[in-house]
Amino acid sequence: MRFIALRMLTADRSKYLGLIFAIAFCTFLLQNQSSIFAGIMRRTGSQIADVTEASVWVMDPQTEYFEQTKALKDTDLLRVRGVDGVAWAVRLFKGNPVAKTESGKYAVTTMVGIDDETLVGAPRKMLLGRWEDLRLPDSVIVDRAGYRLLYPGEGERLGRTIELNDHRLTVVGISDASASFTSFPIMHARYSEAVQFQGQERKQLSFVLAKPSAGLTPEQLCERIQKATGLRARTTDQFRWDCIRYYLRNTGIPVNFGITIFIALVVGTVVAGQTFYLFTIDNLRQFGTLKAIGVANRTLVGMIMLQALNAGAIGFALGTGMEVGFVSIFLHKIATRGLVLLWQSVAIAAACIIFVVLFASWLSIRRVLRLEAATVFRS
Amino acid sequence: MNAVETMGVRKSFGSGETRVEALRETDFAARFGELTFVVGPSGSGKTTLLSVIAGLLDHDGGSLRVLDADMEALSNGERLRFRRQNIGFLFQQYNLLPALTAAENVAVPLIAGGTPRKEAEARAASILQTVGLGSRLQALPAELSGGQQQRVALARALVHEPKLVICDEPTAALDHQTGDAVMNLLATHALVPDRAVVVVTHDTRVLDFANRIAYMDDGRIVRTEERPSLAEVS
Repeated sequence: MRFIALRMLTADRSKYLGLIFAIAFCTFLLQNQSSIFAGIMRRTGSQIADVTEASVWVMDPQTEYFEQTKALKDTDLLRVRGVDGVAWAVRLFKGNPVAKTESGKYAVTTMVGIDDETLVGAPRKMLLGRWEDLRLPDSVIVDRAGYRLLYPGEGERLGRTIELNDHRLTVVGISDASASFTSFPIMHARYSEAVQFQGQERKQLSFVLAKPSAGLTPEQLCERIQKATGLRARTTDQFRWDCIRYYLRNTGIPVNFGITIFIALVVGTVVAGQTFYLFTIDNLRQFGTLKAIGVANRTLVGMIMLQALNAGAIGFALGTGMEVGFVSIFLHKIATRGLVLLWQSVAIAAACIIFVVLFASWLSIRRVLRLEAATVFRS
Repeated sequence: MNAVETMGVRKSFGSGETRVEALRETDFAARFGELTFVVGPSGSGKTTLLSVIAGLLDHDGGSLRVLDADMEALSNGERLRFRRQNIGFLFQQYNLLPALTAAENVAVPLIAGGTPRKEAEARAASILQTVGLGSRLQALPAELSGGQQQRVALARALVHEPKLVICDEPTAALDHQTGDAVMNLLATHALVPDRAVVVVTHDTRVLDFANRIAYMDDGRIVRTEERPSLAEVS
């Protein structure tokens, strides 16, 4: 009876396509909104992930996330270095000085000051120039998005000068740093210079980056540092999640996206459910005929489930394809880079579509099971 | 021998003031090898009687034996199987599945009974040949005339060789000539010694095909008339 079910489903092309597209757009919206949400959340800790050499971040206990730091004392670096199990520890500065170009364009930036000697924390993905050139005096590396913001419509080239807090710097490299939450240009300079670009404060050390000795996990080292220094120590992964949790707790972003996702689910369920139900109503006489002929209720239920699953699977595949297309186009745009289609988004959308399909089937099955076969005698 | 026998069958719909008694102590019989017509005015209970005989509706009282089976004693599942194996239906509106070809439509009762699709369609093709539609096997119902659709429906009613064929106004939607042609086919192919055919109709033009005519009024069989059918005469 499977082929009969599928023929019934596809006989009216316009209804069939309507059903498929309702499910496809529901899938697309669910995946799209969750992808954009995941991308934004990932941005909150992207500068942490970009530092690949260190696995432990040490900070003031009051520091909750990357963007808002309470400075440490310079001696804290030495205290961390003194903890048993620390292979090495270096300092890192994070500030938001204002940059000014030759043409007079201004922009608030995210300045990352990295250890002068080791250059730990330097951007490893370079598009132009070498990160080692940060050793040159008054040098800075700018990320591509920041460069395009500061020099709109101009070609990428090295050697340009940029002014930060009355310091003239030379752009020695253009990096491919991960997109940040604030979308400020991301600049890397040596620590000793970077601290000069921010207004002078008594304490400038934002973070201490550390690496555990062989045989010690980052989690174990974090415990030791916290115990020995009273400072807060987090692994890279923990710190990234701290940032995500902070934004989840303290901003309206999850609520906004949650509402959109909820509306997508409701609209998808209603439209797909109603379209499928109307399709069943239109075919009620056919189901009645099958009942009269002797087709069992469970077979009819199977037929309806097959029809719903067919429409659901094709709609889901189409919607996922649309989302993959969307991500692959916008992933490479400066403003939307960092967009990510997580397998969890696909799985959650699949679960939602299964719910939609079951709901639509349930409406139709109820109607068909209540149908009296004797109605086929009515003209 | 009677293929269908009802004694004092009752059936009502609704309750209280809206209660309608569709069958009141209805006694009816249809014999094997005969075309039995049930005629009567609208609302006289013909279709309800047909539905009760086919096991599509439960009756409220009285006894009902179809093909020697006590319908009351059958469970829902048994009644479904019984209907699938033993009863063929011919409807006024043909009730063909519009998405299926003529051959596929005819094969539906066989497929529903578990026959593999290929074998079912081969048997369907064979019976469509006998009703003169061998060249329209792949046609969709929308591509067929009313008469052709009713011939496909007739083939569907007979393909699984049921012992009882139930026809509800089979010629009502057809012109006189096409109606005659369908009745001829019904008389020729449906009537075999171990099969009974029960036809509910308003169409007095086709009464000549009947072996027995049961006149129904107000939920009762008021008169039964036996006559040699046109098919027998010819």
